[in-house]
Amino acid sequence: MTALLTVDGLSRRFGGVQAVKDLSFSVGEGEVVGLIGPNGAGKTTAFALISGFLAPDAGAVRFRGRDLRGLKPHQVNALGLARTFQIMRPFSRLSVVRNVMIATLGRHPAPAEAERRARAILDELGLGARAQTPAGSLTLAERKRLELARALGTEPVLLLLDEVMSGLNAAETERMVELVRAINRRGVAILLIEHVMRAVMSLAQRIVVLNYGERIAEGRPEAVAADRRVIEAYLGDEEVTSAPA
Amino acid sequence: MKALAAAGAVAVLLALPLVLSGYAITIFILIFFYAYLAQAWNILGGYAGQLSAGHAAFVGIGGYTSALLFERGVTPWFGMFVGAALAAGLGAVIGYLGFRFGLRGFYFVLLTVAFAEICRILASNVEAVGGAIGLYITFTGDPRHFQFRDPRAYYYIALALMLLATGVAALLERRRLGIYLTAIREDETACEALGVDTFKYKMLAMVVSSFLTGLAGTFYAFQNFSLQPGAVFGIPLSVEILIRPIIGGAGTLLGPVLGSFILTPLAEVSRQYFGQGGLHGAHLVVYGVLLVAVVLFLPQGAYPFLRRLFQRGAA
Repeated sequence: MTALLTVDGLSRRFGGVQAVKDLSFSVGEGEVVGLIGPNGAGKTTAFALISGFLAPDAGAVRFRGRDLRGLKPHQVNALGLARTFQIMRPFSRLSVVRNVMIATLGRHPAPAEAERRARAILDELGLGARAQTPAGSLTLAERKRLELARALGTEPVLLLLDEVMSGLNAAETERMVELVRAINRRGVAILLIEHVMRAVMSLAQRIVVLNYGERIAEGRPEAVAADRRVIEAYLGDEEVTSAPA
Repeated sequence: MKALAAAGAVAVLLALPLVLSGYAITIFILIFFYAYLAQAWNILGGYAGQLSAGHAAFVGIGGYTSALLFERGVTPWFGMFVGAALAAGLGAVIGYLGFRFGLRGFYFVLLTVAFAEICRILASNVEAVGGAIGLYITFTGDPRHFQFRDPRAYYYIALALMLLATGVAALLERRRLGIYLTAIREDETACEALGVDTFKYKMLAMVVSSFLTGLAGTFYAFQNFSLQPGAVFGIPLSVEILIRPIIGGAGTLLGPVLGSFILTPLAEVSRQYFGQGGLHGAHLVVYGVLLVAVVLFLPQGAYPFLRRLFQRGAA
C-alpha cells in the first residue's frame, strides 16, 4: 500500500512538557488508522502538527508526496487533508447549510453550486431537515455530525477525526460508526482519535498507541488490545503486575 | 416584494428635495453621508468582525489628497479616486500588520486608533498640507470642480454614495467573499481548517472598506470647503462612523442605513438645541445613552429587531 501520509520523527514541546516525542507512523490510501492513548498522550497535538495548526520542533509530515513544512492550515486543507475539532467549532450564528458552504466554497466558488453540494452532504449525514437552523441550536450529536459534514465539504482524501463519538449515546455512536465506514468506502482514508474503544476496534485496520507523546505500540486492533504496554498505559502498571488486594 | 419596497424607498428619496426645506436637505445630506461611511465600515467591522476605530484616517487621506490635487489643478472627480486608492493603501498596511501578526479584538482596535492618530498628528504638523489650520478650498461653484451652488446636488451625490455602498454590500452578501467574511467573524480557526485563507479575505475586506471610506473624504472636503486635521482624522469622526452600524445592526445590509437615519437627525437636533444653551458636546450624552440601551436590549442592533417584529406581524 502506498503511504498517503507519512509522519516522521515529529516532536513538539510546550515549556516543560514534551507533548509529542519522535512520533513516526503512516496512513495508506483508503486506510483507517486509529490513534489512541490515555488523556494527555499527545493525540490532539499530533493532529495540530499534521494539519498545520502547530509547527513541529523537529520532524516532518509528508502528504501525497509533499512536505507540509511551512504550509498554513488552509493550504494543507486545499491539498486534501481535512480535520475536525474535538471541541467543536460551529459558526453558531450561521445556518447549518451556511456552515457547510464555507467548506464547499473552496472547490466550488459559485455559491449556488456550493449550496447544492452542502445540502447533498447534509442529506447524507441526516442533517437535511436542519439545514436552515442556526448551528448554535443543534444538539450535541447533531453538532458532531455537522463537524464531520464540514470536513467532508472540503472533499478530502484524508480525514482526521478528533473524537467524533465522545459524548454520544450507544445508538448515536452506532450511527456515527456507520457514517465513518460509508465515507471510507468511497476511498477516503481516515485517521481517527477515539476513546470509544468499541468504535475504534471495529473501524480501524491498524492502531497506533501513544503514551506521554511517544508511540508505544502499533498493529492490528486485536494485537494492540492484547499488548502488555498498552494495558499498562491505560490502567497503570501496578494493576497489571500485582492483582489488587 | 423586497425589490418593490427598495424601489419605492429610492423613489421617495429621489422626490424628497422637491418638498424639503434647506435645513431638512442639509440633515438628509448628513444622513446619507454617514450611512455611506457606516456601510463602508460595515464591510470590515460588521461582516468580517474586524473592529476599526480609526476609519477617520481614510476619510482624511481621501479628503486631503483631492484637496491638495485640486490646488494643483486636478479635478476632484479624478482626485477622489486617487485619494481612495491612497486610503486603500493605508488600509492594506494596517491590515497587513494587524492580520499578519494576529492582532485580534482590542489589539486590532488599538492599532487602527494609533494609525489614525499618527495621521492626525502628521497632518497637524506638516506645513505643506496646511498644518494645524488645515486646508481651505477655493470656491468656484463649478460642477467640474465638485462644487455646487444648489445643495440639492450634494443631496443627490450623497444619496448615490449611500446606494452605491449598499449595493456593494448586497453584492458581497451573495458572493463567496461576503459569505466567508461572516464565517471569519464567527471563528477564524475553523475557517482555516475548512480551507479558507483568512488573511487574504480579511485583507480584501480592509481594502474595499478603506477605499470606499476614502471616496467619502472628497465629498466631505468639497461640501465643507475646509479640512481640519482634528475634524477629519480625529477619534470623534471614527466614533461617528462606527456607532451607526453598531446601533443599526453590524453585519446586516440595512443596519448601517437605519443607524444613520436614527442617529444623524438626533445628533444634529441635539447639537443645535444643546449648543444654543451653551452645552456643546451634549449630543455625545445622547449617543452614550442610546449605545447603552442598544447593548442592553438589542445587542444585535435595531435592524434585526425590527425585522423580527415585522416578520411576527406578517405571520
